[in-house]
Amino acid sequence: MTSLLSVSNLRVGFGRDPARNEIVKGVSFDLAAGETLAIVGESGSGKSVTALSINRLVDFGGGRIIGGSIKLTRADESILDITLAKEPMLEKIRGSEIGMIFQEPMTSLNPVLSIGTQIEESFRLHRGLTGRQAIAAAKDALDRVRIPDAARRLKYAPNQLSGGMLQRVMIATALACNPRLLIADEPTTALDVTVQAQIMALLGELKRETGMAMIFITHDIGLVAGIADKVMVMQAGQAVEQGALGEVLDRPQHPYTQHLLSAVPHFESGRAARTDFTRKEKETPALDVEGLVVRFKVKGGFFSRAQGSVHAVENVSFKLMPGETLAIVGESGSGKSTTARAILGLVRPTRGSFATHMGSIADATDPSVQMVFQNPYASLNPRLRVDSILAEPVIAGGGRVTAETREKMKALLKRVGLPEDSLDRYPHQFSGGQRQRLCIARALMLNPSVVVLDEAVSALDVSVQAKVLELLVDLQKEFGLAYLFVSHDMAVVERIAHRIAVLYAGQIVEIGDAASILSNPQHSYTKRLISAVPSIDRRNQRFEIDTRQVPSLVRPPGYEPPEAQWREFGPDHRARAEA
Amino acid sequence: MSMLRAIFSHPSGRIGGTIVVIYVVVAMLGMFGITPHNPLQQYRIDRLHAPSMVYWMGTDLFGRDVASRLMKGVGQSFLVGVSAVALASIAGTVLGLTAAWFGKAWDGIVMRVMDVLLAFPAILLALLIIAVAGPGTWTSVAAIAIVYMPIFTRVVRGPALSIKSREFVDAARTFGSSRRYILTHHLLLNLVAPLTVQVTLALAWSLLTEAGLSFLGLGTQPPSSSLGLMLADSRNLMETAPWLLIFPAITIMISILGFNLLGDALRDILDPKTRSRTA
Repeated sequence: MTSLLSVSNLRVGFGRDPARNEIVKGVSFDLAAGETLAIVGESGSGKSVTALSINRLVDFGGGRIIGGSIKLTRADESILDITLAKEPMLEKIRGSEIGMIFQEPMTSLNPVLSIGTQIEESFRLHRGLTGRQAIAAAKDALDRVRIPDAARRLKYAPNQLSGGMLQRVMIATALACNPRLLIADEPTTALDVTVQAQIMALLGELKRETGMAMIFITHDIGLVAGIADKVMVMQAGQAVEQGALGEVLDRPQHPYTQHLLSAVPHFESGRAARTDFTRKEKETPALDVEGLVVRFKVKGGFFSRAQGSVHAVENVSFKLMPGETLAIVGESGSGKSTTARAILGLVRPTRGSFATHMGSIADATDPSVQMVFQNPYASLNPRLRVDSILAEPVIAGGGRVTAETREKMKALLKRVGLPEDSLDRYPHQFSGGQRQRLCIARALMLNPSVVVLDEAVSALDVSVQAKVLELLVDLQKEFGLAYLFVSHDMAVVERIAHRIAVLYAGQIVEIGDAASILSNPQHSYTKRLISAVPSIDRRNQRFEIDTRQVPSLVRPPGYEPPEAQWREFGPDHRARAEA
Repeated sequence: MSMLRAIFSHPSGRIGGTIVVIYVVVAMLGMFGITPHNPLQQYRIDRLHAPSMVYWMGTDLFGRDVASRLMKGVGQSFLVGVSAVALASIAGTVLGLTAAWFGKAWDGIVMRVMDVLLAFPAILLALLIIAVAGPGTWTSVAAIAIVYMPIFTRVVRGPALSIKSREFVDAARTFGSSRRYILTHHLLLNLVAPLTVQVTLALAWSLLTEAGLSFLGLGTQPPSSSLGLMLADSRNLMETAPWLLIFPAITIMISILGFNLLGDALRDILDPKTRSRTA
């Protein structure tokens, strides 16, 4: 087989003196047509820089290739050294021969143009399509990446779509010209597991159809197992280990590869679920949610009349006992975050009631329910000092900051594992994991009985994730907290949940004991969700492309869903009956 | 302190900062009447005296010391400029913040009114306001404030809209923080950087507008002195006594240059995206 891409001794540096500020230190690899190479490494290992050098986008980021060669075999069999190519030549290659999908879907799209326009641009530039043809091609491209309501979504601006949707748009754009080499830089990091499985299936299918080669950059070794032919492990700018997939995963030679393999949280189908809690039905629940409904009106037409509403959350009910963790799992758009936000009063529920042991929540500023957000970088005001940040809940509750409050702050900071002098510092002086600890401390300032954790560990590195989870479990035991843990990550959920509620299209489809649901899922969606969780054990798994559309949640005005029928599968495990 | 150090290690900040410091010192001296001569005293014998050791910048048609009048004028311009910018920034910030926070009809009304104000050229709008209210120091303060208020409203509203949707604001809502606390601690505190830059730049514009209004006889009224007024008086004597024109003109030019350079430097220093370049 002729090699499509041959990289030898690539060295890339940054800044004014690239030779002294080397990020990639002599990386070599070969890639044949149709082959997939996975580059694995932690942040800062130089894996993205290596990939960006291949289409020379690294130049725009201030990088310089200071040594080595990148030889690409073009469609007409000629060989081009990309390190020496001039910009006009590179422009021809980018998009049509080397496609790229980026890590950050939010910043990869122009916020002021509709997504349709941006996809059409690719068809106009490389395939010469115009007008209706381009629009139709764009719609097909969106359909290919499973975006429901594709025709209507073409007119949306990027800010109207979720991160997962945007990444699908990016993939649609990159695949528009059927490139011979696709560079995917952590493309599914922002996606739900089922969508991730879909994208992987799609990439796999396109790979087989077109003979497209792929460079797949990721930190998720489970995913590597599912797609790659070859693996290259990078650390501090060097390829510490590379070889065939089976070789690297089964017989890792380098200690760093061995460490990476052992740091991954494995999904164990319910075997690792927590068993430290027994539910007593007679107790007063810490949080009782009854018939929660959230709908957003959709306006359209010339007079902006209500044309229906998005049924984001439909008749969700559950009881959360003191000391218990209920995990709400589901993919983006399933209504899991909306449920959490409605409980905190950030979204106005259409119907439904909440009750805590303090009584029913009218305007949701009940101090016994607190929240920890997903992104520790965005949920702390960068201009406030830690003491002001921790004082805010107290001031909001009409209290005063006294010496006693400061003592409490210190005790809490110590409890969540932050240094004593943290009070006088600003959020930017802390790492992501420390910031999330700060957020946890802030949530605990008012002695809540319920803490809502909205994807609270999703933004953290794997090893940090494990430590924060440990802290959460310890705090739960110490203060008897009830957690409502919203997450899409089944491996994390397995570690912290006592019970699980699976949300699909705004409705609970399955609820019950964590071990029971994870080991023996009953609803077809739960089965799909669990089978999509990538794991190293599922080597070269063939994901089937699922052409089923995610149901549209937009309903005509006055629509009421039929009453749910439930089927019992054990003492604490029930699933919605399917038609 | 680190702010001062940052300004003086920035190339245009160093020049701009120095000019602004000197300008403020001169303005203070002028405002409190610490001048080489009494700016109103007419030395009849020394009318149109060329610059000398006694009269550093010469004397005018009535034999008044130009240097003293210039210092007094700088003080006057500074007073008008600072008051106008203070008014404009406070009113503009309040309007911008509330427009961003409440949105809907209030946002629409505020921003459309600002659009109307911005549709007129600055000096023309100021002239219109003074024509209605009558000339004088405080009417020109009000006129300049109204003219520059829309810029502050826009500068505040944009970032405020984006900060409003940040998670820490949501977090504050979940504690039940009051609207006032969120507006001051979360929104305003994060707007300090763009506002600082805008205030510095607006000072330069408002000094220029003040000079323009006085030049047209609509700002500071004689016998008080002001840079614009001095320019207007010297027009007919340009050839016989050029110092009457040169010194106020250079003062205006350098001061505006200084505030602009300082504003640019602050923009670089306070913008995290360009911070690495100046560090």
